[in-house]
Amino acid sequence: MSLEAQPKTPKEVEELPQVTIRFAGDSGDGMQLTGTQFTNASAIFGNDVSTMADFPAEIRAPAGTVYGVSGFQLQFSSSAIYTPGDVVDCLVAMNPAALKVNLAELKHGGVIILNEDGFTEQTLKLAGMDRNPIKDGSLGKYTVHSIPMTQSTLRACEEVGLTGKEAGRCKNFYALGVVCWLYSRPLEPILDFIEMKFKDREQLREANKRVLRAGYYFGETAELFTRVFRVRKAHLPPGVYREVHGNEALAIGLIAAGQLANKPIFYGSYPITPASDILHELARHKQFGVKTFQAEDEIAAICAALGASYGGALGVTASSGPGIALKAEALGLAVMVELPLVVINVQRGGPSTGLPTKVEQADLFQAVLGRNGECPLPVLAARSPSDCFEVALEATRIAVKFMTPVMVLSDGFIANSAEPWCFPNTGDLDPIEIEHTDEPNGENGRFLSYKRDEWLARPWALPGTPGLTHRIGGLEKQDVTGNVSYDPENHQRMVNLRQAKVDKVAEFVAEQEIMNDPDGTAEMLVVGWGSTYGAIRESARRLLRKGVRVAHVHLRHLNPFPRNLGAIFEKYRDRPVLVPEMNKGQLATLLRSKYLVDTQHLEKVQGRPFTTVEIMDAAEELLAAKGAKK
Amino acid sequence: MSVTEQKREYTVKDFGSDQDVRWCPGCGDYSILSAVKKVLAEAGVPPEQYVFISGIGCSSRFPYYMSTYGIHSIHGRAMAVATGLKVARPDLHTFVITGDGDALSIGGNHTIHTLRRNVDITILLFNNQIYGLTKGQYSPTSPFGKKTKSTPMGSLDQPIAPMAIALAAEATFMARTIDMHPKHLMATVKRAMEHKGTSFVEIYQNCNIFNDGALAYAQDRKVRAENVIELEQGKPLLFGKDMNKGIVSEKGHLKAVRIGEDGITEDDVLVHDEEDSESYHAMLTRMRYPELPEPIGVFRAIERPTYEDLVNGQIERVIERKGKGDLQKLIVGRSTWEVHEDEAEAGKG
Ligand code: SF4
Repeated sequence: MSLEAQPKTPKEVEELPQVTIRFAGDSGDGMQLTGTQFTNASAIFGNDVSTMADFPAEIRAPAGTVYGVSGFQLQFSSSAIYTPGDVVDCLVAMNPAALKVNLAELKHGGVIILNEDGFTEQTLKLAGMDRNPIKDGSLGKYTVHSIPMTQSTLRACEEVGLTGKEAGRCKNFYALGVVCWLYSRPLEPILDFIEMKFKDREQLREANKRVLRAGYYFGETAELFTRVFRVRKAHLPPGVYREVHGNEALAIGLIAAGQLANKPIFYGSYPITPASDILHELARHKQFGVKTFQAEDEIAAICAALGASYGGALGVTASSGPGIALKAEALGLAVMVELPLVVINVQRGGPSTGLPTKVEQADLFQAVLGRNGECPLPVLAARSPSDCFEVALEATRIAVKFMTPVMVLSDGFIANSAEPWCFPNTGDLDPIEIEHTDEPNGENGRFLSYKRDEWLARPWALPGTPGLTHRIGGLEKQDVTGNVSYDPENHQRMVNLRQAKVDKVAEFVAEQEIMNDPDGTAEMLVVGWGSTYGAIRESARRLLRKGVRVAHVHLRHLNPFPRNLGAIFEKYRDRPVLVPEMNKGQLATLLRSKYLVDTQHLEKVQGRPFTTVEIMDAAEELLAAKGAKK
Repeated sequence: MSVTEQKREYTVKDFGSDQDVRWCPGCGDYSILSAVKKVLAEAGVPPEQYVFISGIGCSSRFPYYMSTYGIHSIHGRAMAVATGLKVARPDLHTFVITGDGDALSIGGNHTIHTLRRNVDITILLFNNQIYGLTKGQYSPTSPFGKKTKSTPMGSLDQPIAPMAIALAAEATFMARTIDMHPKHLMATVKRAMEHKGTSFVEIYQNCNIFNDGALAYAQDRKVRAENVIELEQGKPLLFGKDMNKGIVSEKGHLKAVRIGEDGITEDDVLVHDEEDSESYHAMLTRMRYPELPEPIGVFRAIERPTYEDLVNGQIERVIERKGKGDLQKLIVGRSTWEVHEDEAEAGKG
């Protein structure tokens, strides 16, 4: 153990249960990388971590402006946590704009670490600030550490032989070094990362290492800091962990699905924020036989995936809301031809181009209802980065079992967040059984392409198989034979059958569990889906500490709903039901219409996740209102 | 196709389905259907090795009338569906059946990108210069000024030349043929099928209900010889009933001439070459009736690796280098840490 912080100069060490840090700078400052590395170091140290990336839609918005600010927030903790933190304990700001944009979320008395060199007359002007906040005393209520990071960085790599510009770009590692020291983080994981990342670029490797250490030693020797902080290891369930991002977990889940089904994945996709990383990740793993196809447009992406499924591959496509809108007609075709297909929507703020890099859950209606005709398909939502893995697997299981397209909902928050993942052993994962018909299933050697099994799925007969030639298409099918049919009675029957098939998925998947209410006596029920999981979970926990008991139901299955959901609402009949969503109440509406339950919705459409406090307040208000009515 | 597959004789009947054909009587689609079935019967490959994929339009009903595998997909998207299928299953013979509206209007983007990728599929584009299924609106190949239900005062759109688009999209095989010229039609489809890569075949097809005779100059046997040139590899571009007219290049422009007039001999006439050159092929695509006779036959046939071979080649190369993927390794990732029993407490779930 060399650099795990044991401050050599005796300084006060303060134990903290958890800390929330936000790194903020220009989008070219490398703040995402800095945050990711700090997260990694914390996770390896043994903390529970949860992160959130917040970056502008423009790749390099003009330097120094407020709309070019890129932020990365993480919470690391000595106990289990579920959110990246409501309020920021420590803000690292590389320039005035970064300070201005993020100050509001810093807690009273919080720590600010500034790059003093970033505060010039010009950058102050770009941020629209008349005076230098470092000098005018306006930051009095915070603990401010103003450090000349750029100069120190240049000095640290003086002998390495980089140009001034190149060297200057290393300053994010200086900031990282300072923060590592302040929060007693080990440097090893970060040094390992630098070693790997700059494997072939000796000068940069050397420079970044020096700069990181320089920042760390600065903290140690400078008089600036009178105390450091320590967050102990978290008490997580035993097991082996890694850190995982949502999009990464989706990609790994898809590859696992392919391996478990013994089938190649065909991934058709058109680049779109925030889904593109799935494509990037999959394209790196061709040794699993994954075929990635960057299509000419969203429609080609889904159509090619469907064509691949017809041929016997596992067709997958992913996009975000605008792209899913373009895929709608092909989704209808997939429902009609009854082929397996996994369609992922990494939701972002809408409508239209909306807020490409921000989070929203407003595509639930689109997923469940957004096609012409009676066009049902199963819809699943992931609740956290690591849950994406499970959801990708389950979506594939449903798709092949029921011969249906399945929609998976993730969002921009999950996609770019990280958390520790107690990953499974591949030996413990159930294989995905697929049967391809190889014999005619009708009389006189006829093949009946729409003859259904006990799950109402039609046979998956592969082209190339003798005796099973058949034609599928978007025109209405005759029941059983699959021939084109315009018969009115038949159409009604087929519409019913397609619906019944999707409804049957509820019999196939697990029952809904209720969290936080073992004896069923909670005062109210909170129902959520998707990435609100962490905030709701944390709220329920904190409310419990205040003596308020809140049951939490978090839905993975949004269509069909879990088979026991009606019974759950029955159970909580006399108690308030709160549905927090990052939309105008879409799940709440679906629940009301299906279960006649008086859901109260809590909405937030600001491109940002809920804070724990927002949900706690809403829950308490609802309870108070109910109490007042009594 | 597996080698163990018995080569056996097939008849046209082996390739027809039991579905009633529902095109209008007299429609050019019938002769194309019959020609394709004949070509397949002669190829000696069983029906289950073929997949016919279509979009939407009159022509796109085609797969229902074949006894092969098939998908009647959605408007304009057949080539995208076919691309996915072919990449997943390079072993299958994949056809796309499409029309001028399907492939050049709503699905124009997929036409371009399928061609440039050179996916090994055979595209048969039935060009009747009209929207038949929707009852007679002008199409992207209808001539300027065309009066239809949707353009009572004449269409204002310049028509596009399918072959010119194919060439611009880096087509490796492009040909044109005519519904009413069965021998030529069959020979062209056969060549297209044999080509490794995307083969693009424009078929002049008569819609006798909404656009009867629009292409008669090429279809009608009585006048055809004067209005089309049958391209043949290595042969001069001659046409006319008596084959006494030819095409010469004058300062980069094509011109129809009469052999024997103005001192012109057969040696002055351009000689067809499917492989060379792009600028020559480009000139062929711009030959329009009535200014010039229109070429039919194979315009261009060059070799380039197919898309699916390239895709699968990359996979093979990676596996050769790194071995087959190890799922556990992938799941574990780069760095992990362990939480031991004694450190554990009421957990996270
Ligand atoms: S409308 Fe025209 S193209 Fe369509 S089937 Fe009838 S004749 Fe053929």
